[in-house]
Amino acid sequence: MMILFLPILIPLLTIILLLIVRKKLAYQHILSVLSVVAQLIVALSIFNKLGESTILVAQAGGWPAPFGISFLADYTATILLIAVALLALPIVIYSIGFIDKVRQQGGLFVLYQGLILGVNGAFLTADIFNLYVWFEVMLISSFVLITLGAAKQQLRGSVKYLVMNLLGSSLFVAAIGLTYSQLGTLNMADIADKIMKQGSTPLLNSAIMLFFIAFGIKAAVFPFFFWLPASYPTPPIAITAFFGATLTKVGVYVMLRFYSLFANMDEAFWQPIIFIVAGLTMLFGVLMAASSYDIRKILSFHIISQIGYMLMGIGLFSLIGLAGALFFIVHNMFSKTAAFMAAGLIKRFKGSYDLNMLGGLYKSKPILAFLFLIPALSLAGIPPTSGFFGKLFLVMGGFQSGEWLITIVAIVVSILTLFSMIKIWNEAVWKPAEEKAVEPSNQKLNPLIIAASFAMTVFTLFLGLTVFWTFDSFTEAAAQLLNPQLYIDAVLNNNRPALN
Amino acid sequence: METEILKIAAKHLKPFLLILSLFVFYRGHNEPGGGFIGGLMAGMALVLYAGAFGVEEAKKLRLAKPLFFIGLGFGLALISSLLGLLVGQGGFMTAVWNQWQFAGFSLKLGSPLLFDLGVYFVVAGMLVKVIFSVMEEDV
Repeated sequence: MMILFLPILIPLLTIILLLIVRKKLAYQHILSVLSVVAQLIVALSIFNKLGESTILVAQAGGWPAPFGISFLADYTATILLIAVALLALPIVIYSIGFIDKVRQQGGLFVLYQGLILGVNGAFLTADIFNLYVWFEVMLISSFVLITLGAAKQQLRGSVKYLVMNLLGSSLFVAAIGLTYSQLGTLNMADIADKIMKQGSTPLLNSAIMLFFIAFGIKAAVFPFFFWLPASYPTPPIAITAFFGATLTKVGVYVMLRFYSLFANMDEAFWQPIIFIVAGLTMLFGVLMAASSYDIRKILSFHIISQIGYMLMGIGLFSLIGLAGALFFIVHNMFSKTAAFMAAGLIKRFKGSYDLNMLGGLYKSKPILAFLFLIPALSLAGIPPTSGFFGKLFLVMGGFQSGEWLITIVAIVVSILTLFSMIKIWNEAVWKPAEEKAVEPSNQKLNPLIIAASFAMTVFTLFLGLTVFWTFDSFTEAAAQLLNPQLYIDAVLNNNRPALN
Repeated sequence: METEILKIAAKHLKPFLLILSLFVFYRGHNEPGGGFIGGLMAGMALVLYAGAFGVEEAKKLRLAKPLFFIGLGFGLALISSLLGLLVGQGGFMTAVWNQWQFAGFSLKLGSPLLFDLGVYFVVAGMLVKVIFSVMEEDV
């Protein structure tokens, strides 16, 4: 099962190589692209293997399961691995053209690989302390990425980011310590097994609560979201796009995993909490987006609002709810990245992210308008885009489970999202160009930027159009999440060293 | 801040700190110590020197840029984690052990030591990189 280590080894190897060719940007570009392509191939071949034996497990160092660190790939983890590799490719290409040379030489691509390393590790690990380490890898890379270039507003945003995330990390460690003191194990399968067999203790429940608060901070859910709009809009938009697609989604993924393994047997307690948090996250995100006039801010607030939908799927914890949540995560990764990329292009052509300064895009650059239109429609949930299907499955799941309130909130928020997207569309694209607007820059635009943005838009469109073919995999993933026993058996019964 | 005491102390402590860092690093093989602490000590030797003589002087003492050491450290860690596969007696990150005998000494070395050496370089490189960047800032 060596292949499970490749998503970690490839970025690590790339980091080493990138540090060697630090001075030569051309080599850095080629290496970064090759690395991401290799990761995509690896992720796809893991997915291919899942057909044969449902869950892949590998034990690092050959230590048997509850003692060593286990790595596990089920459908959920693999789908997300593929999604991250798939969107990392356009982001790397976009960054080559978009981000200035100084930042590129400052280690941008090394940090990208560091971020991917952390994300891949967090998807695959089955050990809570190892998970903590991957979170730290992500935190370090993302913190340097936020401050890279050290513009004043970047530093201001980064302080909030760092403080909030360090707080989250310390809660995370505290929770790990509590869990270990109660159960004497850090292996996620072993913990779940012990909770199921022995039942929960009050101290263990507080540990799980701490876990959820820690991941809530990372995922920017209500009421821990305020660091996100403060920090995300500050770095160059390619970096913002990467953050929006990975960091918060890992937080949600881990919540999903933990809910499936440690909390779902206590549904009566957890479900209302998750629903309340989900509903408030949706509402707050969308209302704040409605009151902003900066494209980056609006999109950042929508990240928060859409985290609420994913949480709703976790709370439903039904086949269609979980599959919908997972589909929604992937949809959001793609659409949000595409939207940020289009916003970057708007900035390039019109010199601003401020809606008051923009206008006339449709007249001057119709292609650009199209590049923004697709992800915007997708985020708002207009058929036949991926956003529509994601919301459809969630709403169907909500009605199926009889959770009327949260479902109605989801629908209302969806309409408000549409309002936000129409606002951007009207202000930036439709209305005549502002007189005070900055003159469209005539600087030659790197074709790589447009190609990357176009590719991301096509991915978004494709995800929506192929939903009937791909949805089986999402349902498969949801079925695995619904049955944590599969996870436990896969990890604990696979005691053979990796050699055999 | 220019003080003669600090200068002399830094000058003479530097080799001791470096040797001590290697000792602590090797001691970490079986006892408390290890690459992290050793790397911190090695980095501190240079940082102390920079504190006394200034960053520019200290930079002349470096064998290579800190980023080189960070890369080297990652490389060593990666190699040590793959050794288990190459030698064929285990999987990824499996330790490989070997015993050397010479002149009455018996030395048992394994790939964990190589991994630790990687940690040593990463920590030392990172420390020097970070602290030098900050020290340069306020000049």
